[in-house]
Amino acid sequence: MHAEAAGVLTGTHFLDGDHACCEGALAAGARFAAGYPITPSTEVVERFAARVPTVGGTFIQMEDELAASITIQGAVWGGAKAFTVTSGPGFSLMMEHIGYALMTETPCVFVDVQRGGPSTGLPTLPAQSDMMQVRWGSHGDYEVIALCPNSPQECFDLTITAFNYAEKYRCPVFVMMDEVVGHMTEKVVIPPPNQIEVEPRRYTTVPPGEFRAFEPREDLVPDMPRTGEGYAVHVTGLTHDERGYPDMRPVVQDKLVRRLQEKIQKNADKIILYEADQIEGAEVVVVSYGITSRVAQRAIEIARQKGVKVGKFRLITAWPFPEKKIAEIASKVKAFVVAELNLGQMVREVERAAAGKALVRLVGHAGGSVHHPEDILQAIMEVAR
Amino acid sequence: MTELPVHNPVEQFLRMDRIPHIWCPGCGIGTSVNSFAHALIDAKIDVKNVAIVSGIGCTGRVAGYVNQDSFHTTHGRAIPFATGLKLANPKLNVVVYSGDGDLFAIGGNHLIHAARRNVDIKVVCINNLIYAMTGGQTAPTTPGDVITSTNPYGTYDPSFNLPYLVEAAGAVYVARWTAFHVRQLARSMQEMFTKKGFSFIEVLSPCPTLYQRRNKMGDGLDTMKFYKAVSKVRNGASTKDVALTKSGEITVGKFVDRERSDYGVLMHDQLVESLGDDYVETEACSCQ
Repeated sequence: MHAEAAGVLTGTHFLDGDHACCEGALAAGARFAAGYPITPSTEVVERFAARVPTVGGTFIQMEDELAASITIQGAVWGGAKAFTVTSGPGFSLMMEHIGYALMTETPCVFVDVQRGGPSTGLPTLPAQSDMMQVRWGSHGDYEVIALCPNSPQECFDLTITAFNYAEKYRCPVFVMMDEVVGHMTEKVVIPPPNQIEVEPRRYTTVPPGEFRAFEPREDLVPDMPRTGEGYAVHVTGLTHDERGYPDMRPVVQDKLVRRLQEKIQKNADKIILYEADQIEGAEVVVVSYGITSRVAQRAIEIARQKGVKVGKFRLITAWPFPEKKIAEIASKVKAFVVAELNLGQMVREVERAAAGKALVRLVGHAGGSVHHPEDILQAIMEVAR
Repeated sequence: MTELPVHNPVEQFLRMDRIPHIWCPGCGIGTSVNSFAHALIDAKIDVKNVAIVSGIGCTGRVAGYVNQDSFHTTHGRAIPFATGLKLANPKLNVVVYSGDGDLFAIGGNHLIHAARRNVDIKVVCINNLIYAMTGGQTAPTTPGDVITSTNPYGTYDPSFNLPYLVEAAGAVYVARWTAFHVRQLARSMQEMFTKKGFSFIEVLSPCPTLYQRRNKMGDGLDTMKFYKAVSKVRNGASTKDVALTKSGEITVGKFVDRERSDYGVLMHDQLVESLGDDYVETEACSCQ
C-alpha cells in the first residue's frame, strides 16, 4: 500500500538527518513516538512533537529511556506504528526492551544517533561504536535488522524501510545513524505519497477463539491480533507456546528461539541492502557504512587516480550482515580495507566472512570526528602493494 | 438426585486451560483476582476493552490467567507499557496489575510519573511486603524488624507508605484493602472503573511461604485472622497516617477520590488552544 498523504511532506527540502528521519517516520505511518532527551538525537522527536498533532498522533516525553522503549511497544499493541530515538547512553538503557520486542514480536523502530562512548563519552561528536551493541546488547539469542544511512536523504528513505521491515518481519528494526549524518544538512527529496510504499500491519483475519497468537505463517512470521476486539491475546516476554502461554520446556524454548532467528536468517536475501561499485576486477575493496562511507569515497577516488583497482562496498544493512557477498568478494580480491568510527566492530564480521581468503585491514577511529581520507588511502596503498 | 449445575460466574474471566495457577496455598493474589472478576461483572463495562498489563513477580503472573487481552511485560515497566497502550488506543480500559516490588522499586519512577501525568490507567498493587517470586528478599514495602532472606537479622530500611506516595504524586483515586476484604475490594475495583485518571488500589496480601513463615506469623488462615483483627476501616483517612508496621493497625478504606483532568484531556485541550483547526484529534490509532 501507499503512504497516507497526511504524513508526507512532498517536495524538495533542505534538512538535517535528524529531521529527515522524522519525516521518514511520518511518511511510513508512525503516529506515536516516546522519547527522552539526548544529544545528538533529540531533534528527531522535537520535530515529531511539532508535526504529529497536525497529522493525528501522539508524542510523549517519558521519564527515561527504559520507559520510552516500552511505551512505544504498548502503543504498537494499541494499534499504532511507533518508534523511539536515542543515542549511546540511552541505547544502553533500552537493551531490556529490545529483548522484549524481539521475544513478543512487536514491530517497532529504534533510531540510534551514535556518539562517542563508552559511558557519557562524547555527547555532541560522532562515532559508530554501537554496531555490536545493537547486534548483541540484549541477553539471549536473536537476530536483528539494522540500517545505516549515510545522508539526510537516506535518513528519510531508510527510516521508511525500517518501519516496513518491522511490520513485515515483526521485529524491532534499528536505524543506526551517527552524529554527523544526524546533523548534516543536505537536499532531501520527499516523493508524493503514491510513490512511497508502506507495509501494512499483518492483522489476522482469523476470528477470536480460533486464533493462535504466535502461530507463524509460512514465512515464519505470525499475524497480529487487534487489541480490544475479543481476541484475549496473551503477550509475554517469557518463553511461550503458539497460544502465547508461558511454557518453560526446553523443546518450546528451542522452537521459539530458533524461529525468531530463522525468520530473519531465512529472509536475509530479501532484507540485505548494500551499495557495490567496481568490485569486478578490484584488488582492494573498501568496506564502510554511514558517514565513514563518504570519507572512504574520497580515499577510493584518490587511490584509483594512483592506479589502484579499488572497489567500494557500502553496508546499508549492517545486520543481517551480507556474509555471502563478502565471502564471494573475498575469493576474488587481495584485501579488504574496513573503515569505521570505532576500534574494530564490523571488521570482525568481514574477517569472519572472508575466512582467511583475503587480507582484512581495519582503519579504526575512536570517534570525535570523521576519519581523515589520508588514513584510509594509506591503508589501501599498503595492502595493494 | 438431580445434579446441580456447577457454574462459577468468574470462570468467564479466567483462562481455565491454564488452571491450576502457580500461587501458593494461602496467597492472596488469586483472592484479589476473584474480586477483580466480580468487579468486571458489576462494573457493566465492555470487558472486551479491558486490557491487563503486568510486570514481573508473583502478581505479574495475573496477566497470564485472566481471559482478557493481557500483557506480561518486563520488571517494573508495566506502567509505561500501559501508558503507550492507553494513549494509542483510548477506548481501552487499561489495568495494571502488579506487585509492590515491581511497582515501587524497579518501577517506582514510572509509577510516580504516570500519577503526575494522570494517565487514565487503573493500578492494582498486590502488596505482600516482600519479593516473593525470587525467594523472600526485602522490598521497599517491608516494615522494620522483619526477617527476610536479605535481612536475616531483621530489616532496618525505612519503607514506603504507598497511599501517601501515590496521592502526593497525583493519583485521583487511592484505596487500600486486604485479601480479607474481598467484597470491599471488589466494590473499590468497580468504583475505580468509573474514575478517569490514575487510580490506585493497594491490596495487602499474605505470603505464607516466605513472609509469614520466616516471621513466625502463621499460615494464610492465621494471616486472615490477623487482618480481621487489626484492620480498621477509615474512609477519607489522611494518607500520611496510614503507614504499615509489622503488627500494628492496618488502616483500610478509600483515602482519595478527587477530580483532575487526565493526560488525554490535558493534551487535547492544550493542542486545541495552540493549534486550533490545525490539530488533528487522535481516535484509536489503527494501522491499515
